[in-house]
Amino acid sequence: MILGLVALSAPLGDTCLSRGMTVLPAVSLSHPATLIAAVFTPWIALGIVLLIGFFASYLTALSWADLTFVLPATAFGNVIVAILARFWLHEAISWQRWLGVVLITLAVGFIAQGPSLTERPTETSQAPEELLVSSRSHGEDYARARAGKESVR
Amino acid sequence: MTVPFSPAPVNPWIATAMIAAVILLSTTGEVLTAAAMKSIGDLDHIRARSGMKGAIYAVVSCPLFFAGVGFLALAFFALLFALNHLNLSLVAPAAASLTLVTNAIAGKLFLKENVDRRRWTAAVPVSIGIYFLAH
Repeated sequence: MILGLVALSAPLGDTCLSRGMTVLPAVSLSHPATLIAAVFTPWIALGIVLLIGFFASYLTALSWADLTFVLPATAFGNVIVAILARFWLHEAISWQRWLGVVLITLAVGFIAQGPSLTERPTETSQAPEELLVSSRSHGEDYARARAGKESVR
Repeated sequence: MTVPFSPAPVNPWIATAMIAAVILLSTTGEVLTAAAMKSIGDLDHIRARSGMKGAIYAVVSCPLFFAGVGFLALAFFALLFALNHLNLSLVAPAAASLTLVTNAIAGKLFLKENVDRRRWTAAVPVSIGIYFLAH
């Protein structure tokens, strides 16, 4: 569900920003204040809220899954962007882009079949190289929570 | 009247250096953020135990998190700088797809993640897919 939120909120946010910015007149670098005003328009504001939601979901996903699992899975957002661009913004999508959509969908389906987290031994004696990823007291909580989550899944 | 903008030609080595800077800074930021979130622990568990405030406090009290966000911000500005000199159709697909590969390498080297054959096999079509999407 968290990965779904990551994959949905980022493209929806980007699409809202795109829609909001295309409605506005051209912004010049000599008048940066127009960018500040743009933040308070409905589409841009909605886009920013969605992107804040994306970052929160992304951090949550990274707290229980490997980076090398989360990043390809969240690349599915690019597929959603293409679909939103085609059917909501009515943009033309070339066959290369549809090929990209198919490749990413297949890859995400493939990686989702594997484990989301690297199994590690219990952290009673930490090797120096493990200090980077388990340097705080939350480590044991993390291991317990993972064990609980795996049993639920 | 709007004049179409086309960046002046850039030396290929300088263009490569700009894209490499985006990739390096972005990968460093992603790895530091991931390391921070792993060190903090499962946010769902912390939220269940200490509430949303506890979860937010756990994140903002982690120095690694700010280091990661700092590098991600630097990557964003490096991207803006690259876009100022190079075409979007070159920078966006190159940076997005190569970052995925460098993250897989960095995840294995620094985060000690188990980047097995399945993840490598998935990273390649995702990178090619992002390249095609950006065209």
